[in-house]
Amino acid sequence: MINALIEVFPVLMKGINITITVFILSAIFSYLFAFIAGLCRVSNNKYVRGSTSVYVEIFRGTSLIVQLFWLYYAIPMLFDVGIDNRLMAGVLAISLNYGAYMSEIVRGSILAVDKGQTEASIALNLSRAQRMRIVIFPQALRMMLPEFGNYLIQILKATSLVSLIGMTDILYHGNILRSTNLSAAPTVYLLLLVFYFIMALPLIFLTRKGEQISKRGVAS
Amino acid sequence: MVESLKEENNSSAFASNMEPIVEYKNVHKSFGDVEVLKGLDLNIFPGEKVALIGPSGSGKTTIIRMLMTLEQPTSGEIIVDGKNLWHMEKNGKLVPANEKHLREVRGDIGMVFQHFNLFPHMTILQNCMTAPIQVQKEDKEGAKKRSIEMLEKVGLGDKLDNYPSQLSGGQKQRVAMARALVMRPKIMLFDEVTSALDPELVGEVLEVIRDIAEEGEMAMVLVTHEMDFALEVADRVIFLDDGVIAEEGSPREVLEESDNERLQQFLYRFRS
Repeated sequence: MINALIEVFPVLMKGINITITVFILSAIFSYLFAFIAGLCRVSNNKYVRGSTSVYVEIFRGTSLIVQLFWLYYAIPMLFDVGIDNRLMAGVLAISLNYGAYMSEIVRGSILAVDKGQTEASIALNLSRAQRMRIVIFPQALRMMLPEFGNYLIQILKATSLVSLIGMTDILYHGNILRSTNLSAAPTVYLLLLVFYFIMALPLIFLTRKGEQISKRGVAS
Repeated sequence: MVESLKEENNSSAFASNMEPIVEYKNVHKSFGDVEVLKGLDLNIFPGEKVALIGPSGSGKTTIIRMLMTLEQPTSGEIIVDGKNLWHMEKNGKLVPANEKHLREVRGDIGMVFQHFNLFPHMTILQNCMTAPIQVQKEDKEGAKKRSIEMLEKVGLGDKLDNYPSQLSGGQKQRVAMARALVMRPKIMLFDEVTSALDPELVGEVLEVIRDIAEEGEMAMVLVTHEMDFALEVADRVIFLDDGVIAEEGSPREVLEESDNERLQQFLYRFRS
């Protein structure tokens, strides 16, 4: 067993860079899409609102793996130009998908800020943009933190899907190893679980932190 | 006829040659099927202190919320300092006001709310400083200095860096008043500002309002259930009932001498 571990560990380590790179980029772009889409969903313009909800519902309502395959295999074939870069396809699929989910948190948190806050801002004659930037959004952000932490952990786990378009992340290397040495399967998959769990630990910690900040900040 | 009588009443303490700072002209307001204001005509003069009293649902809060642009009239006009609040002129026609127009006209109006509505993520000082800097483009130092002075005036000079959640209700309401006053409004609106307070904290808030009233320059409209306070501070008391002005005049006339039956019933409930 120990020998098997020693054999498997360095193989998986070869994929750790890819996993972490995909994770960090996906997290950044997921938040970006979430904020943009979330703000669009509370816009005054009904066309902006409408087109954004189409995006959100399509990406929430379909499978992430299929979206990934679309981006990497189908779209380049249909439109000639397109994404021949695996990293870009993987990050984009995960970000668009989780961005759609998280935009609902952004929207919900903005709408959950007490109406009295908007009224007080109007009474102080702040403009619509100032109201959002100075009063509403900072309060909404505190409410978003715990859920955002949860999604961060989910994004980490979703990165394993990029092995399906041939990216050499930890799961990819694990699968290769197993296919050449079938008896290693239990060790490989045990170690993969441990890898993901260890990477998730700081995120779990961050989520707790977010919950604390969230509790502290909003009570009036 | 009724109209002209009201005009006379309006001007009890305030010379009729003075231009009103706020005019309501035949203002109606409905929420769904319920009409809460049924043709309001009301003038408020610079520096005048007006108390609005009446049973809940009589439309008194709606009157000041429309002036603060938090609620849009169903019909009628509100004129602030000669400018139409809810309508603007475009190609010679009156069209519904856009945000720019609303911001121009409501700049001289401030409001204090029943539930304070302080910004919980900002310190007391930041609560006061933000709007002068952002809206009136005052420099940071000046805004800070004036905010501190105003907070000292309401007795909270030692709480500048506290957050609203660390204050009592009475303190929060005093911050809310300082925050509104820093903007130097010509008209201040008070929406049942003591209703959410514990009884022992009401006094400190009324004290501040009394001080502001004595300075005299600002017009003040108070929606209140504090009858004794209205008697003391107001130049004019208006009794609203069922969406219309049922009685108005000097505090003495309305609170002590009126024989309006609905008003009697209303006051009786308060004094028993």
